[in-house]
Amino acid sequence: MSDLQQEVQPKGAKIKGNKPVNQLEAANRFIAASAHQQMHDQRLWDLRKKRDAQMHLIPEWEALRDLASDIKSHTLDHLADYLEEFERNAKANGVHVHWAKDAQESNDIITTILKERNAKSLVKSKSMLGEECMLRQHLEEEGITVIETDLGERIQQLDKEDPSHVVVPAVHKSRTDVSKVFVKTLNAEQGNNDVHYLAETQRETTRPYILNADAGMTGGNFLVAETGAVVVCTNEGNADLSANTPSLHIVTVGIEKMIPKMEHLAVFIRLLSRSALGSPITQYTSCFRGPRKGGEMHVVLVDNGRSTRLASQKFKAGLKCIRCGACMNTCPVFRRSGGLSYGSTYAGPIGLILSPTYNAHKYRNLPFASTLNGSCTNVCPVKINLHEQIFAWRETLADEKELSLSKRIIMTSLGKLFAHPKAYRMAVQTGDKVLSYLPHFIVYNQLNAWGRQRDIPQPPKETFHSWYAKNYMKKGKADE
Amino acid sequence: MEVGLFIPCYMDALEPEVGISTLKLLERFDINVTYPFDQTCCGQPMTNTGCHTEAAETEKLFVKNFSQFDYIVMPSGSCTNQVRHHFDAIKQTDEVQHVRKNTYDLVEFLHDILKVEDFPWASFSHKVAIHYNCNALRGLRHASMSERREPFFSKPKDLLSKVKGIEFVDLERPDECCGFGGTFSVFEEGVSAKMGQDKVMDQHRSGAEYVISADSSCLMHQKGCAMRMGVDLKYAHIAQILNGDLS
Repeated sequence: MSDLQQEVQPKGAKIKGNKPVNQLEAANRFIAASAHQQMHDQRLWDLRKKRDAQMHLIPEWEALRDLASDIKSHTLDHLADYLEEFERNAKANGVHVHWAKDAQESNDIITTILKERNAKSLVKSKSMLGEECMLRQHLEEEGITVIETDLGERIQQLDKEDPSHVVVPAVHKSRTDVSKVFVKTLNAEQGNNDVHYLAETQRETTRPYILNADAGMTGGNFLVAETGAVVVCTNEGNADLSANTPSLHIVTVGIEKMIPKMEHLAVFIRLLSRSALGSPITQYTSCFRGPRKGGEMHVVLVDNGRSTRLASQKFKAGLKCIRCGACMNTCPVFRRSGGLSYGSTYAGPIGLILSPTYNAHKYRNLPFASTLNGSCTNVCPVKINLHEQIFAWRETLADEKELSLSKRIIMTSLGKLFAHPKAYRMAVQTGDKVLSYLPHFIVYNQLNAWGRQRDIPQPPKETFHSWYAKNYMKKGKADE
Repeated sequence: MEVGLFIPCYMDALEPEVGISTLKLLERFDINVTYPFDQTCCGQPMTNTGCHTEAAETEKLFVKNFSQFDYIVMPSGSCTNQVRHHFDAIKQTDEVQHVRKNTYDLVEFLHDILKVEDFPWASFSHKVAIHYNCNALRGLRHASMSERREPFFSKPKDLLSKVKGIEFVDLERPDECCGFGGTFSVFEEGVSAKMGQDKVMDQHRSGAEYVISADSSCLMHQKGCAMRMGVDLKYAHIAQILNGDLS
C-alpha cells in the first residue's frame, strides 16, 4: 500500500486541439506509475471474475445475449417508429419531449428549460451523454451550478478530470488520491484515507445541494416505447434523489437507448449489472413514467451522430451498446493504459469504435490500441462484434488517408516484398548465407521497439527454406 | 491426400526447427506433404494495419501457391485465421474459396481431420502451461473461452494429453492476451511489453517448466520478455512436443 500512497496519480492524454490523440504516450505514463497500474488492472480484473461467476449461475446466459442482441437490432431497424411511439406515450404521461440533433442543440434546450424556470442549480446523476455533450461545462458557463451526485463522478468533478470508465469513473484513483482531492476541495481530514470516511464526506457535503437544488437531471439506461418510461439503473440511489427531490426533472438520453416493450426490459436488467460489476442487479432500478405531483419532467432525445452511425452498415452495431463497461474490464490494453489515456469520452474497446465516428482524425490512433484479441466481443452482453469493428476501422482509416505515415510506408513496402518471392528471399538471406534477418517491421522501426524490453531472438544458422532446399530438393525426401 | 505446407515468415527466418518438426510430424501419417517454394507470408501485417490493398498481391500469391492442394496446413492459428477469415482483398474466385475453406492450423488438422489418437514416439515429462493465441482461441475455436458459458474443450490439450508424461498446470488468467498482437508488439511497444511481462509472471507463478503453444509468434514475444526479466521458463511449439523432438 505504501507505494500507492506515495506515487502520484498519472494524468490522462494530452489534448492538443484537433491533433490525433497520442494514447500510447499516456498509456506509457500510466504503466510507469506501476502501483496505480497494478491496482487498476487488479480492480477491473476482479470485476471481470465476478462477472464470470454470475454468468456461470445463469444456464441460459448465451441465449440471453442472443435475445438482447436481437431486440436491440430489431429496435435499431425500426428506430424512427419506436421513437415516435415513445414520444406519444411519454406526452400522454405528461412528459415534455424534446429532440436534439447534436450536443449544441441539446445543451441549448436544457439551458433554456433551466433559464425559463430561473433555475440556478442542478444536481445530476451520472450520464455519459452529458460527458459526450460537455453539458456540465456548458451549463457552468451559463452561470448554473452543477453538482454530480454519483460518488465516482463527484470525485472526478472535484478533481477537474474526466471519468475514466463508464461505470466506475474514478477506478484509476487510489483512496489516497481521493483523500487528497477531498482535503483540497471538501475540507476533509488530512491523511484520513478510510473509504467509509471518504464516502461519508462526499455524502454529507452533497446532500445539502440535493435538498436545495432547483432542478435534477438523470441520464437514461433504457427508454420503453410502449409505456414512455425512462429507466435508470444505479447503485447509490443518487439518480432517484436527483430526479425526485427538486420539482423539475430533466432526462438527457441518446436515441439508441430505446427498447420496444416492458417485457424486454427484463432481458437487459438481467444482463446489465452482471456484465458490469458482477452483481445480479443494480441496487436501484427506477422507471420514471411521468412528473410527480406538481412537478415537471422533460426528456431530451439526443442524436449527436447516432443516426449517421445507424446508416453505416459497418459500424451500426455499436449502437446496441448498453454502457456496461464489460469490454473495458476485460480489455488487457485498457487495464494497462487507464481510461484517461484515450482522451475521449468513451474509452476501451467501445471507445475505439465510437470515438472515430465523432472525429476520425483526432481519434485515428485509437483503433490501433488493441491486439484484436476478441475478448471484448465475447463478454459483450449485446454481442457487439467489437474486435471486428476495430479491425474494420483500421481499413476505413487507411481508406480515409488517416493512417500515420510510418505505418503507410512500412505496409506499402512489406506488401511489395511479400508479393515477390525472389525479392523476398534476397531480403531474408544475404549472399554469404549468414542469416541477418529480423521481421521487417522490427528492422524498419528505427527505435528498435522490440528490443527495448524484450530480448531479440537469436537468428538460426539457416532458414527453413534453405534447410528444405538442401534436404528435399536435391535428393528427394530427407532421410529420417 | 495432397497437403501443402505453409511455414509462417517469422518461423522460416527465426525458428526453422519448428517448421522441421511440423513437416516431419505430418510425414508420419499417410499423406503427401509439399512445401511450395515460392511462399512468403499470409498478409497479416498489412491486413491488420488496415492496408488491405497492400495485402492483395500477397494473398494472390498465396492462392497461386496453394490452390492445387486438398489441404493447406500451417503451424500457426493466427495465419490460419488470416487465410480463412480475412482473405478479402482479392476477388473471391473458386480457387480462393477452395484455399480459404481447406486451410487448417496444425492442431485442427491433427485433431479434426486426421483424428490422431496417439503419439507413441513422443514423451515429455514436464509441467506444462498451455498458451492460446487469441486468433486460434477465439477465431478458430481451438478451445472454449473463459468469456463464454460453454462446456470446456481444448484441442491442443487433447493432443498433448496423448503424449506420455505431461503434467498440466493452470494459469490465473488462462486466456488473457499476452500482448504480442503482430505489429502491435512494435507500434504499441510499452503496452505490449507490459502485457508480456504480466503473462510471464502468471506462467512463472503457475509452476510451469514449459509453455506450449500452437503459435510461435506469441512465444517469441513471451520468451523475449522472460529472458530480459531473468525468469527461467522454456517455450516450445506444440509440433516439437507432438513429434517427440523435445523430451
